[in-house]
Amino acid sequence: MAELPTNLKGFAHVYGRANINTDEIIPARYLNEHQEAVLAKSAMEDIDPEFVSRVKPGDFIIAGDDFGCGSSREHAVWALRGAGVKVVVANSFARIFFRNAINNGFLAIECADVCNGTESGDEVELDLANGRLRNLTRGTEKTFVPISDFARELIEDGGLLPHIQKKAKAA
Amino acid sequence: MGMTITEKILAAHSGRDSVVPGEIVNAKLDLIVCHDVTTPPAVSMLRKLGINKVHDPSKILVTPDHFVPNKDIKSAELSKYLREWRIEQGIERYYEVGNHGICHAIAPEQGHVIPGQTIVCGDSHTTTMGALGTFATGVGSTDLAAALATGELWFKVPESMLFELTGSLPHGVYSKDVILYIISKIGVDGARYKAMEYRGEGLKSLSMEARFTITNMAIEAGGKSGIMPADEVAEEYVKARTKEPYKIFTSDEDANYSERFTINLSELEPIVALPSLPSNGKFISQVERVKMDQVYIGSCTNGRIEDLRIAASVMKGHKVADGTRAIVVPATTEVWKMAMREGLLEIFADAGCVVSTATCGACLGGHMGVLGADETCLSTTNRNFTGRMGSPQSKVYLASPATAAATAITGVITDPRELLTKAKTAAA
Repeated sequence: MAELPTNLKGFAHVYGRANINTDEIIPARYLNEHQEAVLAKSAMEDIDPEFVSRVKPGDFIIAGDDFGCGSSREHAVWALRGAGVKVVVANSFARIFFRNAINNGFLAIECADVCNGTESGDEVELDLANGRLRNLTRGTEKTFVPISDFARELIEDGGLLPHIQKKAKAA
Repeated sequence: MGMTITEKILAAHSGRDSVVPGEIVNAKLDLIVCHDVTTPPAVSMLRKLGINKVHDPSKILVTPDHFVPNKDIKSAELSKYLREWRIEQGIERYYEVGNHGICHAIAPEQGHVIPGQTIVCGDSHTTTMGALGTFATGVGSTDLAAALATGELWFKVPESMLFELTGSLPHGVYSKDVILYIISKIGVDGARYKAMEYRGEGLKSLSMEARFTITNMAIEAGGKSGIMPADEVAEEYVKARTKEPYKIFTSDEDANYSERFTINLSELEPIVALPSLPSNGKFISQVERVKMDQVYIGSCTNGRIEDLRIAASVMKGHKVADGTRAIVVPATTEVWKMAMREGLLEIFADAGCVVSTATCGACLGGHMGVLGADETCLSTTNRNFTGRMGSPQSKVYLASPATAAATAITGVITDPRELLTKAKTAAA
């Protein structure tokens, strides 16, 4: 079992709007493909065509309410992860996106009012052990909702399928 | 404390006497629906882990629907992968192109959906099937893989919101207007994580086909599911299609709801949801007569036979306006055949519409009517997000099949009651 990293650092890409949907994260015209590296080239294309040229491995997406609403396409998580995004911190998440994220062992963190006081390009640090999101550029911090035990277990096991295999072996 | 229909179904499928919202349960699944976009990645995940057999092929239904007939080489490869996999796994419930349909429409139409079931599919509009008193929800490919491998899945028991429908729909107003109205009131995340439960005299007055349109769009309010108790109308629909025994669950009188709403159907007007959120619904009397480059009638939301009958009744004897294209996409092959026998395809063709075979098609910007930059489309589909039907610079308006047909004839957003009244007068 892989322990969750305690601290993650990266640069922020802020999308302050609510309801950033899966058609914006990865348009359906690319769903004839499911390789992460290929999907990554079109991540966020319809909302921010420059995103893929700016994003660097380990970066954060910081967003408003209901991130990932719409389609159930897991391609949205794969496109972001393929592009190098390490974590999405949003005011709240749409249900299926959140499920897809933790099923993939991908961090989706809920943090109230997260966009306020953070600009794209700021360096941010996620302190999972203490439930803090720090803006290192501005010297500020916010408290976030701790990951539930169930989600933590899935993420630590590397996602839902390894989790199920582990449980089957233990039984 | 009593339980809702959703809580009862989840409890019964997880070996429990009762469950409460927020609990995580492992529920056995009765039906797993698979299509060409999200199933191939699920299968390849399982193969990578050395899991080469599904848990129970008899609980799986497969139909290619999104990009069929295949729109390009990559989508042909996806369909091929799906086809070969279902043969290898011995999955008998398979609808090949020619007998195919949009999965959420064909599964109930062909008698695979019965009250009391738990249903998942790698598609957010799986909620459609809740209209027959099932717990039906959309999942991603990893969840789908887990469901295929184990026959069960984890669920957080959702809170339920109750929508009491009273009155009856006025002439020219349809169930699409009801759900667009509800989403305009509660917003695209108004039902986030929740089950949207419907009941009341107003519900009883709606046909099964009309009901599917309402549960179909639960996800457009962020809902986990949409659900309606199975009544006489639902039982008649099911019994005409299958002899499978089923159990009907109903909510207790003292069940707990996070919110309650009463919607008087008699007070509604046709509604149009403006770009680019399904929650931007406005009564048509307050909507400008915007010019439409395209009208699209179809999808898992509004591609059933009743939808086509309504559209044809408006369109009969008219022509699609100059400067507008109209595309009609029956949701299943069976709907297409019924429309042919009833003469609806002829009405559409004579009016100057393109009639397609069943496909998800341009609803999600796949093929059969994708939009270019700055083009406008009034569509009977479920989403009008930026870029949903093609170019990110295109604009999509959502409405009922009647409003769509009226708009196709005039070329601008049009209240169907204007044409329905004329048709009535002409017939009299």
